Amino acid sequence: MEQKTKIHAEEGKQELVITRDFDLPLELLFKAYEDADIVEQWMGTKVLKLENKKHGSWRYETSYDGNVVFSANGVILEFVSNEKITRTFEMENSAFPIQLEFFEFTSLSENSSRVTMQIVFKSVSFRDELLKMPFAYGLNMAHDRLQEIVTRLK
Amino acid sequence: MNLRRDVFQAIADPTRRAILLLVATQSMTAGAIASNFNTARPTVSKHLQILTECELLQQEQNGREVYYHLNPQKMKEIADFIEPFRKMWDDRFNKLESIMKNYKPQ
Repeated sequence: MEQKTKIHAEEGKQELVITRDFDLPLELLFKAYEDADIVEQWMGTKVLKLENKKHGSWRYETSYDGNVVFSANGVILEFVSNEKITRTFEMENSAFPIQLEFFEFTSLSENSSRVTMQIVFKSVSFRDELLKMPFAYGLNMAHDRLQEIVTRLK
Repeated sequence: MNLRRDVFQAIADPTRRAILLLVATQSMTAGAIASNFNTARPTVSKHLQILTECELLQQEQNGREVYYHLNPQKMKEIADFIEPFRKMWDDRFNKLESIMKNYKPQ
């Protein structure tokens, strides 16, 4: 079966492209990125700030057991409804340099759409380091998935 | 010793996953890590011991303090490292899709 979410990380390039097709009209897909309450639900993080406009800013915070374990923020550089969002991404309390993220939203048909997320890193090695740290993002990563991956290693 | 089995057991626990998340971005002392949890300090120490034994965490002596940091080499061993990253986004996007399929405009 073809995978719905694709990651393209070319060797030696300081970028990463994530693509996903949805059985959703473009407007609904974009809404899921625009509406803070909905972002909270699917990203599994608290949205402290989300100013959807040029020169706006955003901030997310992820907690576990009542304590903040991860937070990130950035500036929104471009915001065009149903088309694109460009923003910076900075992990707080981290040595990782700021990333630049380009989100592009396209309609595939009346009821299907695609998001393309291009992440540009300061260097190739920072990109590779980030990829080695799924936990930096994946607190809500399903346990059975982990089990599945690790079982394959045995 | 089956090291891989230990890695799996290590990441099976939600508190240990939270610890890995916490130190993924910065080196921390045991005290600083424990202060982020409501769990008793000895319990956190036990978790740190397990994570260190299976080499997911590394210890580094800095003066009188011992700092814990993530061992990226070991994290890489957990899987072809792109796959967990892809799966994480896949899970999020699946969630997005199901939320929006049920979305009713106010």
